[in-house]
Amino acid sequence: MPSHDQGSLLEVRGLQRSFGRVRILRGLDLTLRPGESLAIIGPNGAGKTTLLRLIAGLLRPDAGQICIQGQPLRAGAHRVRSAVGFVSHQTLLYDDLTLVENLAFTARLYGLRRPVETAVAALDAAGLADRQSERPKGLSRGLQQRAAVARALLHGPPLILMDEPFNALDAAAAQRLRDDLRSRLSRNASLLLVTHQLADAWELASRVAVLIQGRWVADEPRSGSLDSFLLRYREWAHD
Amino acid sequence: MNSPASPADPKRIIRRGLVLSTIALLGLALVYVIALRYTPVEARQGLAQKIFYVHVPAAWCALLAFSLVGLASALYLWLRDVRLDRFAAASAEVGIAFSAVMLTTGPIWAKPIWGTWWTWDARLTLTLFLFFLFVGYLALRAALHDPAERARFSAVVGILGLLLVPFIHLSVYLFRTLHPQPIVLKPSAPSLPPEMLRTLLLSTVVFMLLYLGFVTARYGLTLAEEAREDAHDAG
Amino acid sequence: MTDVLRITLAVAGKDIRAELHSRTALISALVFAALVLVLFNFARDPTAVSAAILGPSVLWVTFVLAALLAMNRAFTIERENSALDGVLLAPIPRESLFLGKLLANLAFVGVVELLTLPLFMLFFNVDLVPRLPGILLVTALATTGFVAVGTIFGAMTAKTRFAELMLPVLLLPFMVPPLIGAVQVTSRLLADRPLSEMWGWLRLLALYDVVFVVLCTLAFSAVVDE
Repeated sequence: MPSHDQGSLLEVRGLQRSFGRVRILRGLDLTLRPGESLAIIGPNGAGKTTLLRLIAGLLRPDAGQICIQGQPLRAGAHRVRSAVGFVSHQTLLYDDLTLVENLAFTARLYGLRRPVETAVAALDAAGLADRQSERPKGLSRGLQQRAAVARALLHGPPLILMDEPFNALDAAAAQRLRDDLRSRLSRNASLLLVTHQLADAWELASRVAVLIQGRWVADEPRSGSLDSFLLRYREWAHD
Repeated sequence: MNSPASPADPKRIIRRGLVLSTIALLGLALVYVIALRYTPVEARQGLAQKIFYVHVPAAWCALLAFSLVGLASALYLWLRDVRLDRFAAASAEVGIAFSAVMLTTGPIWAKPIWGTWWTWDARLTLTLFLFFLFVGYLALRAALHDPAERARFSAVVGILGLLLVPFIHLSVYLFRTLHPQPIVLKPSAPSLPPEMLRTLLLSTVVFMLLYLGFVTARYGLTLAEEAREDAHDAG
Repeated sequence: MTDVLRITLAVAGKDIRAELHSRTALISALVFAALVLVLFNFARDPTAVSAAILGPSVLWVTFVLAALLAMNRAFTIERENSALDGVLLAPIPRESLFLGKLLANLAFVGVVELLTLPLFMLFFNVDLVPRLPGILLVTALATTGFVAVGTIFGAMTAKTRFAELMLPVLLLPFMVPPLIGAVQVTSRLLADRPLSEMWGWLRLLALYDVVFVVLCTLAFSAVVDE
């Protein structure tokens, strides 16, 4: 195995993935350090979601390697996945269970002690204490997303993957999510954020990378004012 | 994975398959002639017994096709080589055809001799199951559109199906020992005269050639389809 | 090892809890089983064949059909909100996901079977009570076999458009050996035959269970890992 940067949280080397005969990723590299937050932008079909799902372990690469906290992500190496939290646009909640039951189940899956207490505490922190005995279907989209984020990050993962989490969120909900993420980042979590919303990328990211047709086109620290940022990346962030 | 200049030229493979199939079909005609003119007529069953020279090899080839589907499926899950998946699918399509041949010649043979169109004898029953397993396998493939998913899922069905066969065989056998039914569609017991055996062997070889030819042609067709889709996506 | 057990129970518990909340699928499956029994009653000539002789066949065909219906649910519920992703993200071995679903399916189908038994006794006037231990044993053995295959096939067919049609087409051939064994044992039980006459069939059922539970557990990763 090639020597890797000892301090890196995430290391991706030569990642390849096709769907059918369409090659989405063609040998992608990526390194992320603890506390770093990277925003990935790019047009649709660039491979951003595929990249995230590969790192989350939901997809297997055709070639290449993914190491999280120095451990390779492989079939059978299931414990490595406990370092990752993934927030997608689906809530991943069961409609037949209450919010508490949903989160308690997640706690059990992650081997957390006292699953029910953990679930209640997390829902409380998310401002959902009074809705904990309700089913997801009875909540507004914004509240569902809040519950989904609480579920996804219940185990306090050092690596947080987010795929367009700000879609369909109103301003207040988006602000709340940003605050939550910032507090996690300050506790040395790392963030990989895929988004079209450049303002959110600017708020949260310390680094920005542009992915086009499965290849990096740019990868640089986030610098400058919001306006210059928007100008720089606007062309790539179009839907 | 497959470069454009790959040696797997679909047209050549299809041609090879068709040539093989044609030879096999000629062989089949030869078998037909030999069976009718140069092989003795079976005493008890008369002329109708001659269908046995088609019926038995077809059943054998259906089982062969199915076993190869199972084997290719297991190898696919291990090696993830797409060629194994293509082969399994081709073998399944040819296998379902051979099962159908066996299942139609069976009643045609049974009716004049035993007065009944169908009997649940071991061979017919097993082939009927193979037919249904083939149908399930191909139906699942048709319902899945992502090629990798389709390959993985049908491989699982292929492996499980192959392991089902011994259980079918065993439970049907045990079932039948309790409810004896006319044992039809067997060569005249206890042993087969040499001329009949020769014709049977010849027919079996011809059928296996037919299997090979059809599978090769079908494989080539799959390659051609994939090439066409590639060109379509690119253009 | 304890990892596998813990996660298996967590997954099974989640499914059972979810079903207890809504109960829709459970009640539908029960009503379906009852209706099938009614169909059988009217589909036969009671003077021609006695209930005791036809009973085992009626019982097991009913069980098989009800199980087919009940097992669809296991993975279609995971499709809502992509909930299965949440499970696959977790640091769990895939085998425990399968075993958990298998347990939940067994519980589900088992409850339907258990509640169908008294109905069967009632409609067909067959007394199963003195033979209950044997009936329960053969039911457990046969059901485990086809639920194992039904669980893995259910995971696959949930991704197809006509899942409710695909699952029976795929699964029915696999239900035949357990069915044959179950009917043979059940009819001997009803005729109060000695255990020695059933031993071979019971062994066959047990062998089927072992082979297919192990195989399906191993093959499950190929179904859920893309």
